[in-house]
Amino acid sequence: MDYISILKDLSTYVGVSGREKGISRYIEGLFKEYCDEVKIDSFYNVCGYKKGASHSGKKIMIMAHHDEIGMLVKSIDDKGFIKFTNIGGIDTKILLAQEVVIHGSKDVYGVIGAKPPHLLKPEEVKRAVKMEDLYIDTGLSKESVAQLVSIGDVITFKTYPFELKNSKLSSKCLDNRAGVAVLLDILERLSKLKHNDDVVFVATSQEELGLSGAKIASYNINPDLAIVIDACQGEIPDVSKDESYTLGKGPAIAIGPNLHRAHTKKIIELAKEENIPYQIDVEPGNTGTEAWATQVSRAGIPTLLISIPLKYMHTTVETVHINDIKNAGKLISRFVSGL
Amino acid sequence: MYIKELTELNGVSGNEDEVREYIKRHIKDLADEIKVDSMGNLIAFKKGKSGKLKVMLSAHMDEVGFMVTGFGESGVIKFAAVGGIDERILPGKRVLVGEKKIPGVIGAKPIHLQDREERNANIKLKKMYIDIGTEKKEETEKLVSLGDYVSFYSPYTEFGDGLVKAKALDDRVGCAILMEVLKERYECDLYACFTVQEEVGLRGSEVAAYTVNPDIALVVEGTTCSDVPGVEKSEYSTILGEGAALTIMDRTSYSDKNFVNYIYELAKRNNFPVQFKQTNSGGNDAGKIQLSRSGVVTASISVPCRYIHSPVSVMSQKDFNSCKEIVMAVLKDLGRKEEAY
Repeated sequence: MDYISILKDLSTYVGVSGREKGISRYIEGLFKEYCDEVKIDSFYNVCGYKKGASHSGKKIMIMAHHDEIGMLVKSIDDKGFIKFTNIGGIDTKILLAQEVVIHGSKDVYGVIGAKPPHLLKPEEVKRAVKMEDLYIDTGLSKESVAQLVSIGDVITFKTYPFELKNSKLSSKCLDNRAGVAVLLDILERLSKLKHNDDVVFVATSQEELGLSGAKIASYNINPDLAIVIDACQGEIPDVSKDESYTLGKGPAIAIGPNLHRAHTKKIIELAKEENIPYQIDVEPGNTGTEAWATQVSRAGIPTLLISIPLKYMHTTVETVHINDIKNAGKLISRFVSGL
Repeated sequence: MYIKELTELNGVSGNEDEVREYIKRHIKDLADEIKVDSMGNLIAFKKGKSGKLKVMLSAHMDEVGFMVTGFGESGVIKFAAVGGIDERILPGKRVLVGEKKIPGVIGAKPIHLQDREERNANIKLKKMYIDIGTEKKEETEKLVSLGDYVSFYSPYTEFGDGLVKAKALDDRVGCAILMEVLKERYECDLYACFTVQEEVGLRGSEVAAYTVNPDIALVVEGTTCSDVPGVEKSEYSTILGEGAALTIMDRTSYSDKNFVNYIYELAKRNNFPVQFKQTNSGGNDAGKIQLSRSGVVTASISVPCRYIHSPVSVMSQKDFNSCKEIVMAVLKDLGRKEEAY
């Protein structure tokens, strides 16, 4: 798999939480190459079914969310400037001077502006900029904006994927398109590896809004085991080592009440046996991932969580290491194949 | 189109080579003589038909940016600003480091890991760093050196009703106009000066003005434009789309009243959109040129730029064209008769 190019493509597609139609169709196409059947449910969860060798009737669900954080058009002023609000957790401090695309009846390019620095009052200089201080400048008149943009249209960051040293890639929404790339990697590997159980690959919607897609998908699929793939905080200089994971040192396997103890032990053992690098992610409570929703679906689902270390989460420059994606794909596919 | 290529070149103050080489290459057949002085100013001379008047046009080649000041143990790069940059705009931006233009990003601590105090305070430049993907200090030091220059990454983009987004519009707009202007010959002797180090204190123009010793100087610039939400109308420095802006006074210069009025009337007579810059914020090379030797009659004409000094500076192509047309009209008119203004 050409990881860099697939990640560039995945991160360029638009799929703000609640508006995942476009990205779901794209992923449907990618799944079709390897799956026996692909369905999109009413929440734009993409479900790819791959039959196992044993006809055991057992089902393993491997899940990664495909939605991304973004913004939403709130109002248009009489000069055509657009006010907006956030969808999902966005730090307003990263918004100044960003380039965005408003997904109206046509895509409209704009930049985020605010009052110029030399006109700020002393108290305004000190505090972080607020969402209500910001606006989008599309360079269009009010009339043109009104024709193309409506209240409630979603907005994404303009994407400029940047390849960094040591096989690292920086782009928007690698949380969790990196997870979707792992799904594709597993699919490719499992097409060559034997697996007994049926495997359902699910790219889910609306994770950033409260795990909604995962709730629906888990209920619909009702698997015997769920493996959730998401992003975890990558190590950076201003964050302590115990709340972050080093890029390139392998996917993080989560341990804690949210995860199935025996299966977790088993996958850690497998990583050791196969010499696949991994890190341990200690989660004493809510993991804040879809694992939290799948575990308590219907009569309960044994759940595992594997995370890709990602720096600068929820910014325009989210950064991942290609090897972590590769190793997550290798680990999970071997695990599934061994069941 | 010069402006696209010019804005995509990197020329942070003190490191204008790339921009200078580009300009030199494109004007070599347009000027009668081209010189580069000790600071790096590029001075192109074009003899006038009558040569009664010596006119200096000035546009600066440099842009705001950064320099590498150190390395963190984890391989990240510490940096300082070159020129006036609002540090609040930096998190989440892409940059190119050094002559090899190594891609890097200015990250930020994820919102999930910020405490309340961090959420409500601006991030200080001192706390920021550039990440090029390296993992150890030694690894970075093999690729990047102290003092290397760093530029914003921002492809030239046309959008909206005839607008342009780019970095370094201040003052590649001026450079592009001077290059265009050199295509014609005028009555007056013309010295087109592409200057260095404007953003760190108007350094290049001071030297260039001394060398040229002009009768009249016109500075061609990108200037602030604050016609945006949250700003009172009375605080609008210029208005986007309403034409080139003439400066009466700013923090560094006080334009010659007769010269400014002459340009304004000439623009009006020719139906070129023109406006006065309404606030005295900012400053430019005019401040140094007007005080050169025994004093020079000086004015500034500018293309209004929203979000100036950021990677997403925005201008109107209409304003750019009006600025170009007015500068050409002035050159054609000056020296036509003894006292044009």
